[in-house]
Amino acid sequence: MPAVKQIIITDQPLDIAALNQTIQSNQGESGASVIFTGNVRVSDEEQGLTGMTLEHYPGMTELLLDEILVQAIDRWQLNQVLVAHRVGHLSPGEPIVFVGTCGLHRKETFESTEFIMDYLKNKATFWKKEHYSKNGANQDVWVESKQSDLDALERW
Amino acid sequence: MIKIKIIFFASFKELLGCSEIELQMDENSSIENLCGSLAGKGDAWQKVFTEAKKTVKVACNQQMADLSTLLKDGDEVAFFPPVTGG
Repeated sequence: MPAVKQIIITDQPLDIAALNQTIQSNQGESGASVIFTGNVRVSDEEQGLTGMTLEHYPGMTELLLDEILVQAIDRWQLNQVLVAHRVGHLSPGEPIVFVGTCGLHRKETFESTEFIMDYLKNKATFWKKEHYSKNGANQDVWVESKQSDLDALERW
Repeated sequence: MIKIKIIFFASFKELLGCSEIELQMDENSSIENLCGSLAGKGDAWQKVFTEAKKTVKVACNQQMADLSTLLKDGDEVAFFPPVTGG
């Protein structure tokens, strides 16, 4: 049976319970499912973070994510993968990204999820702008890419 | 002459105060030639397309490209900084 592959890019809050339900109800013959959720860090509120805005390149983002998912399905024989990513304005604590994978075994399924996140962070055309408010002054900062994220690709 | 649609994202869009423009280029122009034309449009453009050129990412028709990529009529070229999603 061909793998179930789904990509969602939305400016609406991610419903993690519903996304998880989708993963669990389409497990098929898999022996493992892995769920990863990345959130806007609440601890960054101490530095004055009030939220962030995510922008993307409509069309190209979907193409790049599809390439990443096709590679993951092929390499780890996944039978399901779902990626959901927020765009627009987000508040601290809100989910930014959800990755759900189903595969035959635990190790491969964990690995495939890390692979998808490492590639998503380095290749998919999203950009984050953080909003800060400190001592009454507002400041917006475009997040810069990190060398540690780029280094993470070397293991694949 | 060929007509190229050029789009900018994230910090580049803000620096240039522009999200999209169209330019006429000579036949057989490359993205490097396009960067040269864009750099001449003002101070901010000069900064993005010469000083920061090493870190600029470029896509042609929604596929990653490089400075040597040759352009054809109707191409969509996008310039953006390194990505920061996830």
